Formats: sequence, C-alpha cells, structure tokens
Amino acid sequence: MKTIADLLAEHKFFGELDPQSLEFVAGCGKNVHFAPEERILTEGESANTFYVLRSGSVALSFFVPGRGATVIDTLGDGDVLGWSWLFPPYRWQFDAEARDDVAAVAFDGACLRTKCDSDARLGYALTQRFARVILGRLQSVRMRMIDVYGVGTPH
Amino acid sequence: MSMALALPTDARPADAMAPVPYRVVGRARETADTVTLTLEPVAQPIAPPLPGQFNMLYAFGVGEVPISISGIDAGHRLRHTVRGVGAVSQQLCAVEAGALIGVRGPFGTDWGLDTAMGSDVLVVAGGIGLAPLRPVVHELLHNRRRFRRVTVLVGARAPEEIVFRGEVASWQASARITVRTTVDYATAAWKGEVGVVPTLIERVTIDPEVTTVMICGPEVMLRFTAAEVLGRGIAAERVRVSMERNMQCGIGRCGHCQLGPVMVCTNGPVFPWSRVGPLLARREL
Repeated sequence: MKTIADLLAEHKFFGELDPQSLEFVAGCGKNVHFAPEERILTEGESANTFYVLRSGSVALSFFVPGRGATVIDTLGDGDVLGWSWLFPPYRWQFDAEARDDVAAVAFDGACLRTKCDSDARLGYALTQRFARVILGRLQSVRMRMIDVYGVGTPH
Repeated sequence: MSMALALPTDARPADAMAPVPYRVVGRARETADTVTLTLEPVAQPIAPPLPGQFNMLYAFGVGEVPISISGIDAGHRLRHTVRGVGAVSQQLCAVEAGALIGVRGPFGTDWGLDTAMGSDVLVVAGGIGLAPLRPVVHELLHNRRRFRRVTVLVGARAPEEIVFRGEVASWQASARITVRTTVDYATAAWKGEVGVVPTLIERVTIDPEVTTVMICGPEVMLRFTAAEVLGRGIAAERVRVSMERNMQCGIGRCGHCQLGPVMVCTNGPVFPWSRVGPLLARREL
C-alpha cells in the first residue's frame, strides 16, 4: 500500500521535491475521497485545508445573486485546490464541489504553515510551486479577459 | 507613345475568379450568430476540396468572403459554417434554402492529414475554429486505425456557443477518440470543463516525438495554444495552424492577405508554426 509520501512523489505539484521534504510534509496529509456533488469548500468558511487532487474533477464556483452558481474553473488530477489557507484571514473565496468521484490528499494548513516556518528551504520550495500554480491561473483569467475566441476579421 | 498593358503570365485560369453557382439545400443554426449551409452545385461543381482549404462565397449583390470548408460530402455537396459578423457574412447567414450563392475555390493549403498517419494527433479548436477542423475529425474517425492516440480539445465562450454541439457530444460518446470541451463561464449544469482551451494542453497525455498538432481559432488563441504545445516539447514543425486574414482574390494576386513574405490565401491558410509563428510575433506585419 502506498504511503502519503509515495502519492505525493507521483503528483506533479510535488515533483522533484527531495524525499526527506516529502516525508516531512506527508505528516500533515491524509487520504480523502469525495462523492459526486459533495461540497469540498464553502465561500466564507474557515480555510484550513489544502488539497492535492489525485483523480476526479472539481468545479470552483461563485454564487451570483440572480444567476445562481457560476462555475469559474474546473480542476482535475494533477491540480491543487485551495490556497486561502496560506494568507490571513484564512477564509475560502469560492465554493468547490466534486463533479465525480474525487480522490485527494488533504493537508492541514496550520500544520503545513508551521513546517514551512521551521524549514525555510521547504517553505521556499513550496512557495515556488504555489507561485507557479497562481501564475497559471492568472494567465488563464487574463486570456478570458481578452476574449481569445473573439472575432478575427469581420467580413 | 503607346504603352502595352503587361498581363501577368502566370495568371490562373479565368475561372479561378468566376463564381460557380451553388444552391443552398440546407441551413442549420449552430449558435446565435452562426449557421452551417449545405450547398449543391447547380451545374458544374468546383474541384473536390481537401480538409483545411477554403472557398470564396459570394452573396450576390453584397460581396465575397473567404469561408473554410466545414464538411465535404459525397456527391459534390459542400458545407460551410458562417459566423455573421460583417455585411457579407450576415447576408450569408440569412439565406434560406433554395437560394443561390456563388462559390470560388477551393483555395489554399490543407491540413496534410496523410503526413500524420501513424502518429498521435492533437486537434485544438477555439470558437468557430472547429469548422475547418471538423473534416479532419471526420477523417480521423473514418480512418481511425491509421492513427495512434487522437485527442480533440474544443473551447468556446459559453456552452451555447460551441458549434456542432450535438456532433461533438457524439464524438465524446463514441469513445473512439478523446474529446474535451471547455468554456469560459458556465452554470453548474455544464459538465465539461471551465477555462480557456490552451489550459487543457497540460492536462492531456502527449508524446511529443510522435504528435502532430492542428490548431484553429482566433490569432491570439493560436499564439497561446502554440506556446503551450511547444512547452510540452512538440517541435514547431509538427504544429500546424490555420490562419485567418483578409483573403479577397484567393489566388495570391491582390495582396490583401499578405503577412510579410507569405500570402495566406496561397501559402496558407494552413502553415507549420515554424514558418508563421515568428511572423505573428512581429507587430509591424
């Protein structure tokens, strides 16, 4: 049976992290599963968990009065979910719901923050990885802003 | 002193500029501003087109526009998917079954699907860019065993803006190829993905040494998508894109579609990224 550290080693977010660091962060993680349509995060609630998605699909949504839940992003295996646990006020900004059977490793955010504080090298390595994910999401939002499917040459 | 008018000696036959009458025998609405026309020749048809080529469609009395071929049927039937964004294309979108329109073509380069046989094929379409790739998907399905892994990625602003929605769903359901759809925004009822189509590239399995990529969509989408596939290690020569420019004559004479050293109507519209990518990076072109 695979350990949490084994699972993390296979995940692209933790790719190339040294085995010692993997074992260190694995102590904050546990295996979790979500059924289809099960709520994972709720906007405004305390953000104290970080998820590494192993399989399945998750919809990130925002409730818009008069329009209902608007899905703003979907995540799948290889992605990570949630970074509001990183910074005060530690509150989720969006809702997240499983779209099918989801398997993930859930990390205790406070535990991970403490380990990053005690090991600056690990903290830097994880911050780099989060920055890369955030940059990718930011680029995606920018592409939507410029309307990549807009009309080219009108005739 | 008299001056003789010098005529180009390499001019195409006169019929390259003469529209051939076709009758609209079918009209299907794809989205709020897009329709697919099915055309049959009234008499002599144009030469058989290849996937990726385009025709000039003439709305009589209004004007002519380049429209890619979205379906190639047996018996000389053509399908063209038109988005009504200007005077001519809006007129074409409005024609009813039985109406006549003029067709010139086929023009330009094709996707070169035969050169991709035996390899993996990744098709990426944005918005109405699925239209010229639709015949490619038909060929891939028809000759499925001649290709390895086939992946089709389709992006649109919203679920209701995906062209050929029913057909895309049938491709997904067939499970003979991998099909992923994504939109910019959606309600919870949408079961596809959310995000721009270039972001799907990192989520699909790619063997860069043996993958041929075919991309069509607005120019900005081409650039972002090409950057992603190059980032996955695919050589620029294996990435083909279909360009949209202001084609008017279709035979490389008028220069309206010139992009630096190339004429999109004759050297394209399908180019290897290695040739056209550097040109798109130059703002002066």
